[in-house]
Amino acid sequence: MKLTGAQILCETLERLGVHHIFGYPGGAILPVYDALGKSKLHHILVRHEQGATHMADGYARASGGVGVAMATSGPGATNMVTGIATAMLDSSPVVCITGQVGSKFLGSDAFQEVDITGITMPITKHNVVVTKPEDIARTVREAFIIANSGRPGPVLVDITKDAQQASTDFDWDAAAPKLPTKRIRNNHDQEEFDRAVELLNSAKRPVILAGRGIMLSGAMPIFEQFVRTSNIPVAMTLLGIGCFPATDPMNLGMMGMHGEAWVNTAIQEADLLIAVGMRFDDRVTGDLRTYARNARKIHIEVDRAEINKNVKVDAAIIGDAGETLSNLLPHVHERDHSAWLAYIKELKGDSAVRDIQSLPDSGHLYAAHVINDLWKVTKGGAIVVTDVGQHQMWEAQYYHHDRPRSLITSGGLGTMGFALPAAIGAKFARPDAEVWVVVGDGGFQMTMCELATIVQEKINIKIAIINNGYLGMVRQWQEFFYDKRYVATPLVAPDFVTLANSFGIRAERVTTRKEVVPMIESARNSDQAVLLDFRVEQEDSVYPMVPAGASLHEMIRRPNNPLVETASEP
Amino acid sequence: MQTIVAYVQNKPGVLNRVASLTRRLAINIDSLTVGPTENEEIARMTICAHTDERGALRLEASLEKLVDVLLAENISDRSMLERDLALIKVAADQQNRPHLMELIKVFRGRVVDVAPESLIVEVSGTVDKIDGLLEVLRPFGVLEMARTGRIAMTRGSDLLRPPAVPSSGSKDTAPASS
Repeated sequence: MKLTGAQILCETLERLGVHHIFGYPGGAILPVYDALGKSKLHHILVRHEQGATHMADGYARASGGVGVAMATSGPGATNMVTGIATAMLDSSPVVCITGQVGSKFLGSDAFQEVDITGITMPITKHNVVVTKPEDIARTVREAFIIANSGRPGPVLVDITKDAQQASTDFDWDAAAPKLPTKRIRNNHDQEEFDRAVELLNSAKRPVILAGRGIMLSGAMPIFEQFVRTSNIPVAMTLLGIGCFPATDPMNLGMMGMHGEAWVNTAIQEADLLIAVGMRFDDRVTGDLRTYARNARKIHIEVDRAEINKNVKVDAAIIGDAGETLSNLLPHVHERDHSAWLAYIKELKGDSAVRDIQSLPDSGHLYAAHVINDLWKVTKGGAIVVTDVGQHQMWEAQYYHHDRPRSLITSGGLGTMGFALPAAIGAKFARPDAEVWVVVGDGGFQMTMCELATIVQEKINIKIAIINNGYLGMVRQWQEFFYDKRYVATPLVAPDFVTLANSFGIRAERVTTRKEVVPMIESARNSDQAVLLDFRVEQEDSVYPMVPAGASLHEMIRRPNNPLVETASEP
Repeated sequence: MQTIVAYVQNKPGVLNRVASLTRRLAINIDSLTVGPTENEEIARMTICAHTDERGALRLEASLEKLVDVLLAENISDRSMLERDLALIKVAADQQNRPHLMELIKVFRGRVVDVAPESLIVEVSGTVDKIDGLLEVLRPFGVLEMARTGRIAMTRGSDLLRPPAVPSSGSKDTAPASS
C-alpha cells in the first residue's frame, strides 16, 4: 500500500492508540494537517505552541500515557521549547512532532528554518530528524517507547516537508521499532540491598521520602504495603503528592522549602531516610551540608545518574520503584515506631495553632481559605492543575490529595503559564474527571489565550484565579530578603470577569470568605467552563519557608498572627 | 583526569550529543577521540575529562542514558594502556640535525619527513612521554604540532566489548487512552 509520509504519520499515531493531538499548523507541517483531516485523530487547535506542549504534558500526567504535541518549523518549534523543558524536568512522556523545511534546504537559513533538534538536545530525552517517508513509522514508534520507558521524558521528531509529501510503501511490520541494543547493566547489588535491609530493620527514627517515581512506576499499592509493614511515616515531594493518601495518618505532608515545619524537623532529626523515586532536589534539601546529618540514607531510584548526585547515600538500589519495593518487602520486619510517631505528632500540634485555618474569620479573604474550601467542596476528588508560585504552595498545603495523578504541577522547571493549558490536556485524558485550574494572576496572563481553546473545544474545566495583584512569590522574597523593595512585582491585570465573558466563558468575582463555598458550588453545577476571580489578601506569604541555601530546619515560621489585611477594594 | 570508554552508534550527531552532555554537566573535556570498530554500526570513544571520581560516575551514568550510547565505562582505576600520537615539526639545520635525531631516538620517535630547515617527528606513547619529548625539542623550535588525544584500553582479560547485536526489534508501548 502506497502512502505519503504524512498519511503514514497519522496511521502510525492511530495504531499507537493516540486519540488527541495538541497542535498549531504552519507551512512546513501542512501535508500532515491535510492527512489529519482525513484521519480519526482529534486535533485540538491551541493558541500558542507552548500551550500545545503543556497540554500534551498535562494529558500525559493525568493519564500515565504519552501526550502528543505538533507544530510547524521555525517559530512553531521554538515556541515549544519551554513546554519541552517542563516535561523534561518532571519526567513526563511527551512526543513532539515538528515540521521542517525540505531536506534539500536544510542548513540554508530557509524561511522558518531552525535547527530544532540542536536547540532541544539538552532538554529532550532524545530527538531525531526524519528526511525520508520510509523512516517515519519506525521513528515515531521508537519515540513512543523512549518517551515512556525507564525514566520517562520528552522526545522530539522533526520531519522534513519532502518526507511528509513523498510516497512509499507502508508496511507496519517492516517498520518495527529498532532501538540500539544497549548493555544491560546488572543493577542488582546484593551488598547494597542487604545494607538497605539492615538499615530498615534497625532504624529508630526513619522517614520515607516519596517522589513522583512511585506514580510513574504505578507502585502505589506496594508502596502502601511497605508503609504499613515498616510502620514508617511518609514525607512527600511536591510531585510525589498523591502517591500515598494525604489524609492517611502515616502521611506527614510535603517536605522542603515550603514543607510543613514538622515534616522538615522530622527529616532533620531522622536516623534513616528512605528515598523512593525522588532526586534530592535543592528545593527539598536546603543546604546540603546540614541536610539530615544524623540520618543514614537509602535511595531507591530508576535513574543511575541520580545516585549520589546531590546527597551521598549509604545504600543505593537502582531500579523501578515498584519492583524494588516488592523485593524489599519480604525482608522488612514489622516494627513499632510509636515513640517516634508520637514525637512528630507533637511537633505538628505546635504548628497547627499558627495555621491560618485555625484563625477566626476576619472578613478578609486568604488564598489558604479558598484552596481549603475547594478541597472540602470537591471532597478531594478533583484533578487540580496548578501554576507556579504562592498559590502552588498553598495548594500543596491545603488541598489534600488522596489519589495519584490528581495534582498536576510544574515542579522541576517551575514554569509559569503551565496550569491553564495543562488542565486542558488533563481534561482530554480524563473527560469524566472534575478538573480545576488553580492559578495566580501573573501566570494566568502568560497563557490566558488558551481560554479560546476551551471555548472552541467546548470543554468543561473550572478556573480559580488566586488574584493578589502581585507576582506573589517574588514579592514574598522581596519582602523577606530585599527590604520590601517591590521591584517589578506589582501587577496590573485586566478585569478577568469581563475578559472571560468576552471569550464566552461565565465568570464571577469573589471577595469575601462567605462567598467562596457558594461560588465554587455554583461553578461545579455548570456543565461549562467557569472562571472565578478570587481577590485575596495582597501581601500574604507562604509559611513556613526555608530561605534558598539555608538549612532545612532554619524555617521562617508562620507569625502568631498571620493576618495581613491589605486587600484592595474591589 | 578521568578516562571513560564509550561505544556509540556510528551515525551523525552522536558526537554532538556526547559533547553537549559534558557541557551541560560543566565537565571540561581534555581529549575526545572517536574511531570505527569492527562493527561498522558502532564507534568507540575515549573521553578524557577534567573531573573527579564522582563527576566521572555521573558522566558515565548520564552518557548511558543517551539512546545512541550503548555502553560507557570509567576505566581510570583499572589496569590499562593509554596512547597518544603526535606529529611534531621541529626547526632543524645541518648542524643540529644529528643531535636532534639522537634525542628523538631516546624517546622512540621516528623521523618521518626531512626538509632543509625542519623535520617531522612521529611519536606515540603516554601523554607524559610525548610531553617529555616536547620539552627537549622546544629549544630547537617547535614549528607545528598535531596530537590525536588519548585512546585507552584495559589490559588482558578485562574486556570491554559492545553489546553483540547492533539493533533488535522492540515492542510498542501504547499510550493509555481515555
